[in-house]
Amino acid sequence: MTPPELATLETAPAEAFTTADKKELIKEVLEAYPDKAKKKREKHLNVFEEGKSDCGVKSNIKSVPGSMTTRGCAYAGSKGVVWGPIKDMIHISHGPVGCGYYSWSGRRNYYIGTTGIDSFGTMQFTSDFQERDIVFGGDKKLAKLITELDELFPLNRGVSIQSECPIGLIGDDIEAVAKKSAKEIGKTVVPVRCEGFRGVSQSLGHHIANDAVRDWVFPQYDKEKKAGNIPDGTEYDVAIIGDYNIGGDAWSSRILLEEIGLRVVAQWSGDGTLHEMINTPSVKLNLVHCYRSMNYISRHMEETYGIPWLEYNFFGPTQIAESLRTIAAKFDETIQAKAEEVIAKYEAQTQAVIAKYRPRLEGKTVALMVGGLRPRHVVPAFYDLGMRLIGTGYEFGHNDDYKRTTHYVEDGTLIYDDVSAYEFEEFIKELKPDLVASGIKEKYVFQKMALPFRQMHSWDYSGPYHGYDGFAIFARDMDLALNSPTWSLIGAPWKKAEATA
Amino acid sequence: MAQNNIDNIKDHVELFHQDEYQELFAGKKEFEGGHDPDLVAQTAEWTKTWEYREKNFAREALTVNPAKACQPLGAILAAVGFEGTLPFVHGSQGCVAYFRSHFTRHFKEPFSAVSSSMTEDAAVFGGQNNLIDGLANSYSLYQPKMIAVCTTCMAEVIGDDLQAFINNAKSAGSVPQEFPVPYAHTPSFVGSHITGYDNMIKGILTNLTKDQKAETTNGKINFIPGFETYIGNLREIKRIASLMGADYTLLADNSDYLDSPNDGEYHMYQGGTTLEDAADSINAEATVAFQAYSTTKTREYIGKEWKQPTSVARPVGIRGTDEFLIKLSALTGKPIPKELEEERGRAVDALTDSQAWLHGKRVALYGDPDLVIGLVQFLLEIGAEPVHVLVTNSNPDFETELRALLDSSPFGAGATIWGGKDLWHLRSLLFTEPVDLLIGNSYGKYLWRDTHTPLVRIGYPIFDRHHLHRYSTYGYQGAINLLNWIVNTLLDELDRNTIVPAKTDISYDLIR
Repeated sequence: MTPPELATLETAPAEAFTTADKKELIKEVLEAYPDKAKKKREKHLNVFEEGKSDCGVKSNIKSVPGSMTTRGCAYAGSKGVVWGPIKDMIHISHGPVGCGYYSWSGRRNYYIGTTGIDSFGTMQFTSDFQERDIVFGGDKKLAKLITELDELFPLNRGVSIQSECPIGLIGDDIEAVAKKSAKEIGKTVVPVRCEGFRGVSQSLGHHIANDAVRDWVFPQYDKEKKAGNIPDGTEYDVAIIGDYNIGGDAWSSRILLEEIGLRVVAQWSGDGTLHEMINTPSVKLNLVHCYRSMNYISRHMEETYGIPWLEYNFFGPTQIAESLRTIAAKFDETIQAKAEEVIAKYEAQTQAVIAKYRPRLEGKTVALMVGGLRPRHVVPAFYDLGMRLIGTGYEFGHNDDYKRTTHYVEDGTLIYDDVSAYEFEEFIKELKPDLVASGIKEKYVFQKMALPFRQMHSWDYSGPYHGYDGFAIFARDMDLALNSPTWSLIGAPWKKAEATA
Repeated sequence: MAQNNIDNIKDHVELFHQDEYQELFAGKKEFEGGHDPDLVAQTAEWTKTWEYREKNFAREALTVNPAKACQPLGAILAAVGFEGTLPFVHGSQGCVAYFRSHFTRHFKEPFSAVSSSMTEDAAVFGGQNNLIDGLANSYSLYQPKMIAVCTTCMAEVIGDDLQAFINNAKSAGSVPQEFPVPYAHTPSFVGSHITGYDNMIKGILTNLTKDQKAETTNGKINFIPGFETYIGNLREIKRIASLMGADYTLLADNSDYLDSPNDGEYHMYQGGTTLEDAADSINAEATVAFQAYSTTKTREYIGKEWKQPTSVARPVGIRGTDEFLIKLSALTGKPIPKELEEERGRAVDALTDSQAWLHGKRVALYGDPDLVIGLVQFLLEIGAEPVHVLVTNSNPDFETELRALLDSSPFGAGATIWGGKDLWHLRSLLFTEPVDLLIGNSYGKYLWRDTHTPLVRIGYPIFDRHHLHRYSTYGYQGAINLLNWIVNTLLDELDRNTIVPAKTDISYDLIR
C-alpha cells in the first residue's frame, strides 16, 4: 500500500503494466471474496486482447449482494433516463416518496420551457404512498391524482406513470387506470411497469420504457397517419435517438446535423416533446447516440415502419468527422458535400483546442467506469487529446456493448463489468491512472486518494461535451481537473520531509 | 461559430445564448407541438392568483415537490455515525444508489452502503438468500466492525423478517455469531427520513446495549443529534461539552465520516462513536436529544428500557443555546464557563448590530420539524416574523409545539403552520401572500426563480452551494452563522434592487 505521504500525484504510465500483470491483479483482487461470490465475479473481469470479438467478460447479470455495486434500478432507467426528459409531459413517480425525491433534478437534462406551466422536467410529482395505499391499493388515488394534475397543470401534453417497487407487488392495475384517465383528460397517459426490482440494473428500465412508447405512443401515430394528419416530411428528416441533453449535448449535436442539411424533427428524449415522439415514425433515418438505452425502439421502428437506424459518436473531432461522413453517406451528394464543408469549417477551432490542450494532457492515463455507452464512446475524445485509456467498464452494459467496445480500446486494457467499490478502488490503487472518470458515488473516493476525477454522467455540472463545441469544453475540463494546483497541496510538508529523510 | 474563442471557452452558461443556438431553439419549436406563447404567459399568471391557490390547496391525491425523503435515507445516516459501520439496505438495489448519490452531492464526501440486490425471484421467494449472501460478501470485502441493516419498501411489502433472516445468516456463517448486526424495519410508505433515523438509532442501541446495564452509572451524558446534516453542529456540541467539562457520548458521531481530511489516502470508515461507548450509553446519567421528532421512539425506548431520563434541547439561537447550557450545567453539576458567556455576549452584540435590518421582515420557511422549530426560535428573537411555516413531514405533536412557540411572541402571531403541504403549495403562498425572505434547502431555488423571494439556504439537501454543511447552526457561534446568512442575503437583495444607474441607485448605499 502506498504510504499516505507519498500518495500525492504518484501515477503510472500506460505501459507500466502488461496484460499478464493485469490478469494477476484481477486474481489478487478476487481473493477478497467468499468462494461463491468469487466464482460469479471472476467472469466480469478481464483484459482486452487485440483481435478478440468481445472483451471477454460476462455482463447484464445480477449484481452480487453486498458487493457495493454502483447500479441503479429499472425505475431509474425509465423515469430517470428515458421518460423524465420528455418536457411537456408529467411523469408521476407512483409509489412511496423516495424514488422521485432522489431523482428530482439530478440528471441535468436541459430543456427550454416555463417550468410548472408548459414544461415539467425539474419537478417531482408523486402519489406519496402511505401504508393504506399499500394495503388497499393505489389505483383510485392514481386516477384522482391525474384529474388533479390536469386541473392544476392544464398545459401538460400527457402523463406517464412510473411504477415504483410496491406497484407490481400489490397487484395494482395501472393500465386500466391509464386507459380510463386518458379518456377523462383527453390526453396521452402511459403506464410504465418499471418497478425497481425488475431486471438487474437500469437497463431493463430502458427496455420497458421503450416498449411503453411502442405500445402507448406509436398507436397515435398510426391513427393520425391513417387519418391523413401526419404531414409529409422531407427527404432529410431524421431523429436524434438516445441523447438526453445533459448539459445541452443534444443541442450541440443537433447544430451539426442541421448544418449538414438534415432536418431534425425529434429529440429522444432530451428537450423532447410528446409531439416529437409521436411524429418520429415519419423520419427517413434514426440517428442513435445511446445504443444501450434506445436500440429497442430503433429496431421496432425499423421492423414496423422500415426506418433504418445508424449509430454515431459525437465525442471528439476524429469520431465526429467520421460520424458526419457516415451519416451523410446515407443521403445525397448535397448532404455529403455539406458534411465536408462543416468538417472543414470546424477544423480550425478543433486544431486550436488540440494545440492548446494536447501538450498539457499528452500521455496522461485515464480509467473509465460509466453506464451503458460512454465507457466506449468518450474514449476517442481522450485519444484526440493524447491521453491513454488503461481500464474501462460498464455499470449496466450488455454483451453487444462489449463487442462494440473492441473498436475503441487498445490491447491490454483492463475491463471490469458492474465493478464493485472494492474492485474499483483496488484496481485504481494499483494501476495509478492520472485521471478517473466515473460517477458521483466514486468521485470523492478517488479525490481522497489525490486523484483528479471527472464525473462522466453529469459532466461534473459542465458540458455540453457532444459535438465540436462540446469538445472544446471537454478539453478545458480535463485540463482543469488534471492540472489543478490543489492536488499538490495534499499531504503536509513535514510529513513529506519525514518520508524522504 | 458559437465556440468562437478558444481562450475563453464557453460552456452551457454562455454557449447557448450565442446566435447560432438561439436560432436552433427557434427552429426546433416548429416540431415541438408547443402551446401559443400567449397562452403560456396567461397560464403562468393564473398560477399566481388566489383562485389557483384554492384549487392547489384542494388537491388530495397529488403531491408536487415534497420536502421529504423516505426512511432508509435517515437510517443509513444514523448508521455511519458508529465506528466501522457499514449500512446494509435489504431490498432492491436502486435505492442504495440513490441514497449514496444524495448524500454525496450534499456532503461532497464518499458514502458507502451496500444492498442485498433483490430482484424478481426474491419478490416471489423472499430475500433471505440475498441477505445471507450479502452479509457474507460485505463482511469479507469491507471488513466492518458492525453491519446495520435496514429495508427498502420492496422488502417491507413482501414481509421479509429481518430478525429471523439475520439469525439464519449467522447460523449459515455469513458473519460470526457475536458480530453485531443491528437492524431496523424502515418502510418508505411510513413517515419520512427522520422516522428512519429514529428506527435505526433505536435498533443499533437495542443491539449494542443488550446485557450491558451496570449497577452504577458511568457519569456521562448521551447526546443524540437526530437527522443532522450540519457537521459543524456536531463539532459545536463537542466543543461546548468540552468547555463545560461534561463527559458525554455522542450517539452517534458521523462528523469525521462526512467531513474527512484529504491526506492522499482513502479510508472507508472514518471516526465514529466506538461500539464500546455506544454499548455503555445504557449506563449514562441522562440522554439529551437535539431533535425531538427524529428521536421519538428512541427516547421512549431509553426512558422505558434503560430507565434513563431523556429530554430534548435545541441549541439554536440565543435562548435555545441558553437552555441547553443551563440543562447541561444542571445535569453535570458544572458551571457554565466564562468563555461561553463571552461568546453569548458577542452573538447578542451581533444580533443587536443587525436588528434594524431584520425587524418585521416577513419570512417563509420549510424543512424538517426540528429544523423549523429551531429557526422559528431564532427568527422570533431577532424580531423577524415567520409567515408561512411549511413542513411536509409534519405530525400533530410538532404542530402543537410549534403553535405554542409562535404564540409565545408577538412576532409569531401572523404565522400559519402548513403541515403536510409541499413546495408547490408554498409557491401559491408566496405569490398570494409575499414575504421578504425564504429559508429552505436547494429546491427553494425554484421558488426563488418563480417568485423572486430571496433564498437563504438552510436545511437538507444543499446541492448548489458549497460547504454550508461545514458550519454550525447550533450554539452562540451558530447564531452568528444564521445571522450572517440571513442579514447578508437581505442586504444583497437590497443592493440588487437598487442597482439601476440614475433610477434606483439613489439607495445603493455604501454604508448599511
